[in-house]
Amino acid sequence: MKTIATTRSATGIPTGRLAVWWVLVSEIVIFGGVLVSYVMHRLGHAEWAEQAAHTHMWLGAFNTLVLLSSSLSAVLAHQAAEKGDGKKAANLLYLTCLGAVTFLIVKSFEWTNEIKEGFTIQSGGFWSYYYTAAGLHAFHVIAGALIMLWVANSAKKNQDLHRVENIGIYWHFVDIVWIFLFPLLYIAK
Amino acid sequence: MSAQSHAQGHGHHRNYVKIWAILVGLLVVSVLGPMTGIREVMLITAFGVAAVKAYIVAKNFMHLDIEKPIIRWTLAIAVVFMVLLYAGVAPDVQKSDGQHWKKDAGFHHLPAQPQHEGAHAEGAENGSHAPAEGAKEQPQGATGH
Repeated sequence: MKTIATTRSATGIPTGRLAVWWVLVSEIVIFGGVLVSYVMHRLGHAEWAEQAAHTHMWLGAFNTLVLLSSSLSAVLAHQAAEKGDGKKAANLLYLTCLGAVTFLIVKSFEWTNEIKEGFTIQSGGFWSYYYTAAGLHAFHVIAGALIMLWVANSAKKNQDLHRVENIGIYWHFVDIVWIFLFPLLYIAK
Repeated sequence: MSAQSHAQGHGHHRNYVKIWAILVGLLVVSVLGPMTGIREVMLITAFGVAAVKAYIVAKNFMHLDIEKPIIRWTLAIAVVFMVLLYAGVAPDVQKSDGQHWKKDAGFHHLPAQPQHEGAHAEGAENGSHAPAEGAKEQPQGATGH
């Protein structure tokens, strides 16, 4: 028997979407803990600004543009899925995955350069937070892209189109986390 | 709102490309802000604009505006936990010193002031950092850092 998403009687929300929101609530606490810790330490250590000056703002800005654009393709995929156009939804999800890959390539380039310059996770408090927060985020980008590929493959056959919305909600959250990481790690110097 | 009406409310009356263009415009503002060299402008364009961008994405792309109130409340509670964490821990993290500790280049414990003058003198003579006699009677783990 094939499992289908049913609507929960208590909330009136489809089970799959409710599960995604529940995941995001726990993600807020995970990322929130890291970001709040970073902010309080940053405010307590004025000298971290000198370390932050070594991050590449333009690469961070480019990656922000990439994630904002991938959010656009994700929401357009959701729109296509609502209209029952699974093939278009799948293609837009593949485009979103391309955004994820671009983001990770830029991040790899950035980290390689920083490590070559001697800034590793052990180079001090700022760099510990930098690699932890950005690394945790990159892990979510990888996970999201893999799930999106799986959803796109189903959507291409017009199957389980409700999942397009679910993965989209997760992806927009990953985008929002980066929206806050960008000024914290790249702009505030 | 039923799942069907939720779905119907998504795509209509929303120009996603226009919303994306606004987000890109705000990104440009957040990049240009630090170039003014004015700290207040940088803070507003970096963090104020980030909050606006996050709101736009949550409202228009995640469709939180037409989602059930229980979701918005649950998300809000998670955000409140973040604020509580900050309020509870920040005073210690951001202070430079306190009772028996200070921060300079690193974090240092300061030796506690001895309770009895005699015990202090005896320890100093022996060059020992052993706790005073009375402390030996404490259960293990009670003096852990």
